[in-house]
Parts: sequence; structure tokens; C-alpha cells
Amino acid sequence: MSTLTKMAGRGVYVQGNDIDTDRIIPARYLKCVTFDELGPGLFRDERFHDSGESKGHVLDMPAYQGAEFLISDANFGCGSSREHAPQAIQKFGFKAVIAESFAEIFHGNCTTLGIPCLIMAKEARSELVKLVQENPQEELFFDIETLQISLLNQSFEFTMKESVREAFLSSSYDPLDELLRNAGAVSNVAASLGYG
Amino acid sequence: MVSQLDSGQYQLFIGLHLIHEVTSPQAFGMLSDKGLRVAYPGRTFATVDHIIPTTDQARPLQDEMAEKMITVLSDACSDNGIEFFAPNSGRQGIVHVVGPELGLTQPGMTICCGDSHTSTHGAFGCIALGIGTSQVRDVLASQTLAMDPLKVRRIRVEGSLSPGVTAKDVILHIIRTLGVNGGVGFAYEYAGKVIESMTMEERMTICNMSIEGGARCGYICPDDVTIDYLRNRERVPKGEEFDVAAGKWLSYGSDADAVFDDEVVIDGGSIQPTVTWGVTPGQAISVTELVPDPEELSGLDKNLVSDALAYMQLQANQPIAGVRIDVAFLGSCTNGRLSDFEEVAGYIKGRQVADHVRAIAVPGSEQVDLEARRLGLHEIFEAAGFEWRMPGCSMCLAMNPDKLVGDEVCASSSNRNFIGRQGSSTGRTILMSPVMVAAAAIEGQVSDVRTTFNLGAGK
Ligand code: SF4
Repeated sequence: MSTLTKMAGRGVYVQGNDIDTDRIIPARYLKCVTFDELGPGLFRDERFHDSGESKGHVLDMPAYQGAEFLISDANFGCGSSREHAPQAIQKFGFKAVIAESFAEIFHGNCTTLGIPCLIMAKEARSELVKLVQENPQEELFFDIETLQISLLNQSFEFTMKESVREAFLSSSYDPLDELLRNAGAVSNVAASLGYG
Repeated sequence: MVSQLDSGQYQLFIGLHLIHEVTSPQAFGMLSDKGLRVAYPGRTFATVDHIIPTTDQARPLQDEMAEKMITVLSDACSDNGIEFFAPNSGRQGIVHVVGPELGLTQPGMTICCGDSHTSTHGAFGCIALGIGTSQVRDVLASQTLAMDPLKVRRIRVEGSLSPGVTAKDVILHIIRTLGVNGGVGFAYEYAGKVIESMTMEERMTICNMSIEGGARCGYICPDDVTIDYLRNRERVPKGEEFDVAAGKWLSYGSDADAVFDDEVVIDGGSIQPTVTWGVTPGQAISVTELVPDPEELSGLDKNLVSDALAYMQLQANQPIAGVRIDVAFLGSCTNGRLSDFEEVAGYIKGRQVADHVRAIAVPGSEQVDLEARRLGLHEIFEAAGFEWRMPGCSMCLAMNPDKLVGDEVCASSSNRNFIGRQGSSTGRTILMSPVMVAAAAIEGQVSDVRTTFNLGAGK
């Protein structure tokens, strides 16, 4: 498993509090039995009219093509538990999400998929967003070890949930192997509950 | 709890795992990619709800992708020895309606499902968690989940509710008060006189929408109401064994001297019939209020409110009562239980849905449908101008053919009013209680249930 603790990439800011998973990936894209085709559905109804004509959404602006860090506001990813949302974000090409706060199920889904969720307070985030908007071609760089994100010569602090940070630092963000290792203990618990 | 993991998270044993066709088939693929099998197939149960049509459920379904999703799920279930509640089995329905009504949901259990409204099962004193597909994979493979510990906020609703005010109004009021992200990092424990005097169905409505308040889950401590509901359900122990189980279940409450990380007290008597005006469940007001004015706010709040008003095509300071509706939707895992239809039937008997309103009633499960038909409720609904449909999630998220068209306004008993939620990218949803949906359907506009049905205590 590769470590995802240091990354470089360009950013794009999608404004709004409470951006819900229905907006991130509309329900009609949930008609699938694999996650492979989800990329184009990302923010679909915010980006295109029903006719297919572009609404000129920030994700479709030439300056932000190829951006790898998605920056947004508070309570990002609220709503449904659909893993289709982080899957679409990842398939679209994003490697990390930066926001003031995240809805919990979304946050957990991102972590398991290896998408770091960086938490950044309002003021620092506004400054970062301003820099990104002025310099869309410049790469940001973040390091989960030092909890610093930098752009040009400016550096900002971010935070992470401690267990999530640990999981990335120890490359154990996908917990399955560890869960399986405890199979013996699990069967004891199951037996004690009468579920053997 | 099994053990602590390297990351500091805890490994939680899952007593009951429910799966459905939208978020779970992919997990079986992930499992076989890793050469793994389902560890405890007897602890997992499957149903179809999201994509199932409510007019004609004959197989193969007309929608090829929907048919494929059901087939992949049912094949995976038979390959792995998982019980599948197929359409026409008498047990199919919305996953959060089926679990409780069969008695699969039992106090003290840890329950999960690849669906955020798993919080519904918390009504039975369960820790019930919505999870993503990779976690569905984890549970299938190991029957466990990696979890961070949660803080607990007790929400005491004291006093008593006025006529026309229902469980739905209580939870909309709570979310409005604490905010859509007020619950982040918390489990909500609901308590107090109002909650204690609620039926299990009402408690499920409350717990269902915990997730809409940002909480990871919500629960209510088990009591005699819980036990009475479970007695004689299909999947609970019988006879003496039930009494033993019941004794155990009743012991699963919070201790009288339990210390909570936070506590909120709400006066039940102050709660009015509540409706949403915006695009999150927290953007709610009482039916007698005016929609907010962005000019009175600042910063991002101002933008949020003005964007929401623009999307809903509402003016600042406009009364929400009187907003014309096009569609009335009764159903969903929030309010698609027998008691919801019984209550509404009592009000709409002998009345007529307004001419311009398309009104549908969608039972939450085959059992609800069967019982409602036995009581003749479907006839009352049809006589009033509602279509009585077959069970499923239907217009709650419109993954089946039931959708809003264009910018139609829907008075809905479901749980989410997100932009585009009901199948049209410009569709508008106004969340409310089932009796408020009935009032709106009859008046053709958002209306105060107390006035429409002469409940006396109006205003
Ligand atoms: S009724 Fe709605 S909220 Fe409930 S499970 Fe179905 S789609 Fe989800």
C-alpha cells in the first residue's frame, strides 16, 4: 500500500456549506453495479443543464482542468452514505479534499479509499482559496506528518482527525486486513452473543 | 467491541447487517477481488427498495440497469447463503421498515447497513450506523467495523405536544434548532416525556432523521413500549425465551446517573407543525412563520439563504403557508409505516385531493401494504384521489420511475429536500409530516393541518 502522506497538486474551490452527496453525485448515477464509470457524474447537475449544455461551473473552467485537490466549505459530503460520492471525486481525478468540516460517513468513506480529508479553519482556508484563485496553475503541497499545506511561499496549518492521520501515517487507512487478523477474537464475541 | 486497532479506532462487532441493491452489490465484487468470503452470512439480510418500481414489479424490470442491480444482489446472496427478501416474498420493503417489522432489529444490537438512514433502528436502543460500500465489504468479510468513539448528546423533549404536532415536527424542530451539522461527532440519545410517550413508529421517525442533524447515529433507550412492539414479531424468540430476552433488552438503557457530553432540553409544547423552506432539512420553519430574509444575515449564511430561496423560487419574508404544490408524496423510511397511513386516512376520509395535485401513497413494505389493504386504507386513499402504490423508496430519492418533473413542488413526508433529490435537477421539495402532506394535498398548497382539519388549537 503506498503512503499518501505527502502530495502535490493544483487546487480548485467549490463554494458552499452543506454540499450534500446528492449534489456530488445525483441519484441516477447510482444505477450501477461497479464504481468505474462515476467520474463524469461528479456535480453533474451543478455543471450541466438537462440539455447537456455547460453551466460554466468552476470544475469546467480551463484554468482548473487537472486540479487534484478539491477545496470547499463546512459540512462537506452530508447526506447519504453513498460511497459513490467519494468514488466519483476520486475517479474524476481528485486526490484529497480540503474543507472546514466533513460529514462523518463521507469522511470515513474517503479515508478507506485513501482520499485524505484535510480540515482547515475558515480564515486560513479563505486565504488559501484566494491564493489558488489568483494562481490556479501553481501546485499546492501538503504533508500529513507536519500538518502543513503550502502554496507559493505561503504555508498554512490544517488538522486531521487523529485516528485518520494515524491511519495514513501507518498506511492502514484501509482497515480490512487488520479487521481480518482478529478473526479469532471476533468469533469469541459472536459466540458470547449467541451468533456463532 | 473486539479490540483496539493500530490507528486508535475500535473494532466493533456487528450484530445485524442489512444490505440493499444500490450500495452493496459492489462490495461482493471487492470481496471476490480479494478472494474472501462472507464470514457470518446468517447475520446479513438483503432486500430491494431503492430502484424497485411502484406500479409494476414484474420481472424482468423494464429498466435494464435496475434489473441488473437486483440480479447481481440476489445472485450474490444465493452464492453466499444470505437470506434475500425478494419482491412478493411478503417480506420485501424499505430496509429500515423491514428490519423492525420482522423483529430482526433488537435492543442492544449493533446494526449497520450501506444506507445513512440506518439510524432508524436506534429507536430500539441499537447502535445503528450507516456505512459506505467499502465498510459493507469489511462487515461481510469480518462481521466487524473500524469505528471512532462517539460523544453522546442527550436531547430531552419535555412537556407534551399540541394537537396536529407529530414526531416528524419534533425532529424537524430539533434539526432546525441544532443545525444540520450540529451533531457531527455525536450520537444523539433522545429522551424526555414526549419521547417516552411515543409509539415505536414515532420513535423510528425521530431516529431516522438523526443523520440529517449530522449525528453519526441516534437512539432511544428500550422500555415497555419497545418490548410490546417486538412481542410476537416473526424473528424474535418465542414464549419464555422472549421474556428472558426482554429482561436483557430492558437492561440496555443509559444508567440514571449517566453523564453525557452534552445535553439539550426542548419544550415539546413550543413545537409547531414544521416545514422546510430551503434545500437542507435544517432550513425549516413552523407553518405559521415567514421564510427568512437574507438581508438580515451576513457572510456565507446570507449567500446560503439567498441561493436556497432562489432555488425554491420563494421571496424573502413570504409566508410558507399558501405555497402552491404540484405533488404530494406519502411514504419513505421516515413516514411510510402502517401508522402513518392509518393516521392520514382518518383525516382524508370523505375529502378530495385538489385537482392540480398528483398524490401518491407508497407503503414502506409488503407487510405495510398487506395490513393497509386488510384495513381498507387503500380504498380511503384512492377515494380521496391518491394513487396507492406498491412498496419501495419511490419518490424519496427517485431512483425508480417516480420522479418530479421540471420545477414541480412536492409536499413530501420523506427526509431530504436536497437540490435534485426527487429526480429533477430543478424539482423543489418541502418536507413535512404525513398529516401536513395530507393537508397540502387537499388544499393544493402548504397548509396548517390544524386549520384544514379543524384541530382547534391552531395558531
Ligand atoms: S426511503 Fe429514502 S431515505 Fe429511506 S432508504 Fe429509501 S431512499 Fe433512503
